[in-house]
Amino acid sequence: MKYLLMIYENEKIWESLSQEETQKILGEYAVFTESLEKSGSYIAAEALEPTPTATTVRIRDGKRLTTDGPFAETREQLGGFYLVEAKDLDEAIAMASRIPNARTGSIEIRPIMDYSKNMG
Amino acid sequence: MSPWLSILEQTYRTDHGRIVATLIRVMGGDFASAEELVQEAFEAALQQWPQDGVPAEPRAWLIRAARNKAVDRMRRGVRLGTRVDELEVLARLEQELSTAPDGADWQAHPDDSLRLLFTCCHPALAVDIQVALALRTLCGLTTEEIARAFLVPPATMAQRLVRAQRKIRDAGIPYVIPALDALAERTHGVLHAIYLLFSEGYAATEGDALLRVDLCAEALRLARLARSLLPRNGEVASLLSMLLLHHSRHRARVAQDGGLVLLDRQDRSLWDASEMEEGLAQLEAALALGAFGPYTIQAAIAALHAQARRPEDTDWEQISALYHRLSELAPGPVVELNRAAAVAMAKGPEHGLALVDDLEASGRLTSYHLLPAARAELLRRLGRREESAAAYRRALALVRTEPERRFLEERLREVI
Repeated sequence: MKYLLMIYENEKIWESLSQEETQKILGEYAVFTESLEKSGSYIAAEALEPTPTATTVRIRDGKRLTTDGPFAETREQLGGFYLVEAKDLDEAIAMASRIPNARTGSIEIRPIMDYSKNMG
Repeated sequence: MSPWLSILEQTYRTDHGRIVATLIRVMGGDFASAEELVQEAFEAALQQWPQDGVPAEPRAWLIRAARNKAVDRMRRGVRLGTRVDELEVLARLEQELSTAPDGADWQAHPDDSLRLLFTCCHPALAVDIQVALALRTLCGLTTEEIARAFLVPPATMAQRLVRAQRKIRDAGIPYVIPALDALAERTHGVLHAIYLLFSEGYAATEGDALLRVDLCAEALRLARLARSLLPRNGEVASLLSMLLLHHSRHRARVAQDGGLVLLDRQDRSLWDASEMEEGLAQLEAALALGAFGPYTIQAAIAALHAQARRPEDTDWEQISALYHRLSELAPGPVVELNRAAAVAMAKGPEHGLALVDDLEASGRLTSYHLLPAARAELLRRLGRREESAAAYRRALALVRTEPERRFLEERLREVI
C-alpha cells in the first residue's frame, strides 16, 4: 500500500534553531531518506516553504476567491511529506516514527486511495 | 426449543468468535467480508440443519459453508477481499479445511482469537471502539448489547463499528499479534475487552439466565493466553487473578431455581477452591511484578472476600479503603456505588446511604437498576420501610434480567 506521511510541526521551532542544530536535523533527514530508498519504500518526498508563502484558493458560486495564508491557522503546520510504499499500517507507523520531526511535531499517516480496488 | 436450534445457538455462542477469527486470517485481514460470510454460513445452517440433521462437526460445517459462500461470490463476480488475491483466499480456505477435517484441530492456530483481539485493539482505532469491535467480532455480542455496555444508542454504535472495520481495511491495519515493542500500546484495550466480556458473562445485562458461562470461560481463556504472551506484565496477572477469584464463586452465586444469591448468603463450600488458590497466586505474582492498577485493586478486593471463612469475617474496613483508591485510579459511577456498599458495611448503612444519595444527585446511572436497589437495601437496614419499598419499585422498573427481577420482588415483599 502507498501512504503519505505528513510532517506537521510548529514552524516557529525552526526559526529558533541555531544553524548547527538545523544542519544536524537535515543530516538526520538525509540518512532517513537514504534508508527508505535502500529498502525500496521511497516514492517521493518534499519539504515545503513556510506558511507565509501559502496562498489559498476557493471557488464559491462560480467566483474565485484568492486569499493570503494557509487554509487553517493551527498550532502545527504542514512542513513536508514522504510518499512511501509499506506492507501495512504498522510498517508505515514504524517509518513515520523514524522521521526526525516526530520528536518535536506530529506525523499524520494517510493511505493513498487505490481506485482500482475501491471502484472494483 | 428444538434440539438442532439449541445446538446452533450453542455453536454460535462458543464458536462464532473463533470462526470469524479464522476467516479473517484466511481472508487476509478483511473483517467485513469475513463477518458477512460467517453470517451467511449461520443462515445456511438455520435452513439446512432442520432438514439434514445436525452435522457431526458443526464448526467445520460452518467453515465449509462460509467457504462455499466465498466461491459463490467469486462466481457471481463479486469482489471478495480488497487486499488479497481471490485464488489465494480459496487456497487458504481449502488448507484450513484439510488440516482440520473434523474441525477439532484448533490447536493449529491457538492464537487466532488473540490475533483478532490485538488487531481490534490497534492504537490507530479510538479506545472505545477497540473494545466494542473486539466484543462484536470475537465474542459475537450483539450491537445492542455493546451499545448498552457503552451507554450509547444502538444506531450510533452500529455506525462506529462499520467505520472501524472500514478503517482496518482502508488504512491497512494488519491482522497480526504485534511485535513486542508495539504490544504495550495495545495491552490496555485488550485487557479492557477481556474484562467487559467477563462482566457481560458474569452479570448478563438481559435475558433469563444470570450467568453466561460460555462468555466467562472465553474471557478466562483469553486472559490466560494474554498472560502467557506477556509474562512480565503485572496488570495482565491482576486481571487474570480477578477473573479467577470471581469465577471461583459462580456456582454459589445462582440458587437452584436460577435466582441470584448475594455474597453474604452464598454457601461458601460451593466456592471452587482450586480456582481460588490460582487466583490468589496470580495476585501475588502481580504484586511481585509491581502492579498496583485498577485490576490489581479489584483482585485484592475479591481476594479479601475469598479469604473470609464466614461473611462476618470480611475485612470491610480494608475493602472500603481499596474502593476509595480504586475510585481515584479509575473514577466512575459504578465504582462509587460499590464503594458506598462497602462503606455501609464498614461504618454503618447511614454512611453508605449518604454516598448513594450523592451519586443519585449527580444524575449519573439514572437507568441502572442497581442504584435504586442499593438505596433500597440501605433504607431497609435503617428500618425506613416505605422509602425502601419505593426504591425497590424503581429498581424493578429498570431491571432487565429475570433472576434479578425475582430477587428484587422478594426483597420488596419483605419491606411491605
